[in-house]
Amino acid sequence: MTSIAENKQALRLDVEEFLFQEAEVLAEWRLEEWLELFTDTGSYYVPPTDIQEADHRDTLFIIADDKERLKSRVKQLLGRFVHAEYPHSRTRRLITNVRVRKVEGDTVWVTANFVVYRIRLELNDAYVGRYEYRLKRVGDTFKIDERRAILDLEALRPHGKVSFIL
Amino acid sequence: MLRNGHNGHGNGHGGHRELPQLVIDDEANGLFRVHRSAFTDPEILDLERERIFDRCWIYVGHASEVPKPGDFVTRRVAGRPVIFTHGHDHKLHVLLNACTHRGAIVCRERNGNTKGFQCYYHGWTFSPEGELRGIPGEDAYEGTAFDKHERRLPEPPRVESYRDFVFACFDPHVESLRDYLADAAQYIDYVADQTEAGMEIVAGQQEYSMRANYKLLVENSIDGYHARTTHQRYFEYIAERGELDLQAMAEMMKVKGGRGLGGGKSLGNGHAVIGGGATSPWGRPIARWVPAFGEERKALLAAKIEKLEKRFGKEKAHMMTQSSRNLHIFPNLIINDIMAITVRTFYPVAPDYIEINAWALAPKDERPEDRALRLDNFLTFLGPGGFATPDDVEALEACQRGFKTIKESPWSDISRGMKRTPPQGDDELQMRAFWRQWWRLMNSPERISVSALPAGVGA
Ligand code: FES
Ligand SMILES: [Fe+2]
Repeated sequence: MTSIAENKQALRLDVEEFLFQEAEVLAEWRLEEWLELFTDTGSYYVPPTDIQEADHRDTLFIIADDKERLKSRVKQLLGRFVHAEYPHSRTRRLITNVRVRKVEGDTVWVTANFVVYRIRLELNDAYVGRYEYRLKRVGDTFKIDERRAILDLEALRPHGKVSFIL
Repeated sequence: MLRNGHNGHGNGHGGHRELPQLVIDDEANGLFRVHRSAFTDPEILDLERERIFDRCWIYVGHASEVPKPGDFVTRRVAGRPVIFTHGHDHKLHVLLNACTHRGAIVCRERNGNTKGFQCYYHGWTFSPEGELRGIPGEDAYEGTAFDKHERRLPEPPRVESYRDFVFACFDPHVESLRDYLADAAQYIDYVADQTEAGMEIVAGQQEYSMRANYKLLVENSIDGYHARTTHQRYFEYIAERGELDLQAMAEMMKVKGGRGLGGGKSLGNGHAVIGGGATSPWGRPIARWVPAFGEERKALLAAKIEKLEKRFGKEKAHMMTQSSRNLHIFPNLIINDIMAITVRTFYPVAPDYIEINAWALAPKDERPEDRALRLDNFLTFLGPGGFATPDDVEALEACQRGFKTIKESPWSDISRGMKRTPPQGDDELQMRAFWRQWWRLMNSPERISVSALPAGVGA
């Protein structure tokens, strides 16, 4: 019999593996594949830099995508007219401090720290912050039901924009 | 670039400085050119700080950001750290956020509500109105000329507001804000009159930057010409959502004979607007219904239009509800009333770097579900993660990088439509209005009233 502690550790390892895979998919701009990681109602948020804990329905966010807009974002990014990402940025994600916060049925709440480096046109901007995921267990992997990239930056300065997937 | 030194050395005050010809305004031949050193030269930026930013009315904030006595927000205005407060005297104050003792920043929080501010360095305290209240060990000043009242937190020499938009001016001799706004005031009214309950800034600031000169953002904010090319992906997106009225779009974009984007208009004192009366191809939360807004809202928006028609007449109600516009208040305030309303201000940190703050403005009495829809509509186009703004940032940064060729390619061309009347939506008249005022001010060393300048100076 496995102990509770062993179960918890196994879950964290599964979650970590999932997040690391996602980071690779994003770094390689395999965005169609990335979209597949979401549930049908999956959403993606980047809250404003001045209010990290907020609701997009009453607060102006940087990004608040439902599944429809997320699909369109990906389609655009893979097309020719996202001038801000053409040529594409190089991005590299360092994901650490992965913690399983809560488990309820097949739903898992996860937090992780990130530094995302965006390198483009001889400039290198580091986006620092924390992810909050709501994952759904599907077989031996997960689907993303909600993904929040909460920036610790006090402003997008000198970054200027979030034109790639954070 | 400037022929005489300045920066407070050498000649000191103006009059001796000679600017090279930075703006060519050749009406006869229909040519308008701007020398690219205006975007790259640090000495020109120094002069802009003195002759433009320290002389014009500069946007501070909206009254709704500090609704109650004791409320405050901190920000930078014309490069200075300030505290924008609602005093217990029920007046709005703009306090320069530097301790009158030995200079420390007094308030280091973003916002809040307080009985007063304490400088932690030696403990001096100030009221939300800026009065110096407390000095630890005050007896040490006994028998000296030290005057507590004189050591209050200073305010800019002039602070005035129009329809809850609060401005400051660092030149005491400036004309009233209302006179300064000239014909731009009526365009602020279109936004301010949307509801009798008043308008408010929504929580959540978009704080970003651009590695580009601020004047590129001025031009871009009132540029109809770039919409089709730079923002193609946005139009495709809303067309896919069934939100875009293709007929209205065709009408708006028609170059000859159409109403265009409405054409640019110079509003006096360098202010300009683009977007006249054409019906917008996209949905507008105030009252331009599109299928994506849902059937349930159709009747509600129709009722809203009717109410506004009763208050203001058919023509103004049409402008307010159906058409869109980008308004530039000289030198650094943009109010875009498009898919939602954005208030945007910016300030140059360097010739090739600016800081930008943008907010959403909304009716105070909006239903929560309508507020959510408005913010959603805002994000489709606007902001550093929207489907348009990042491409603008990219374009302006690309211009700035291009300016490295200044020696061989020194002039930007802003002549588009110079001989065409009435102007079309993709002409550059509104940018010329900006540059003419810029050039007048840059050539006027005396601190005189902005609108009293002779129209022809430097043109
Ligand atoms: S600098 Fe503020 S109390 Fe001394
Ligand atoms: Fe644009």
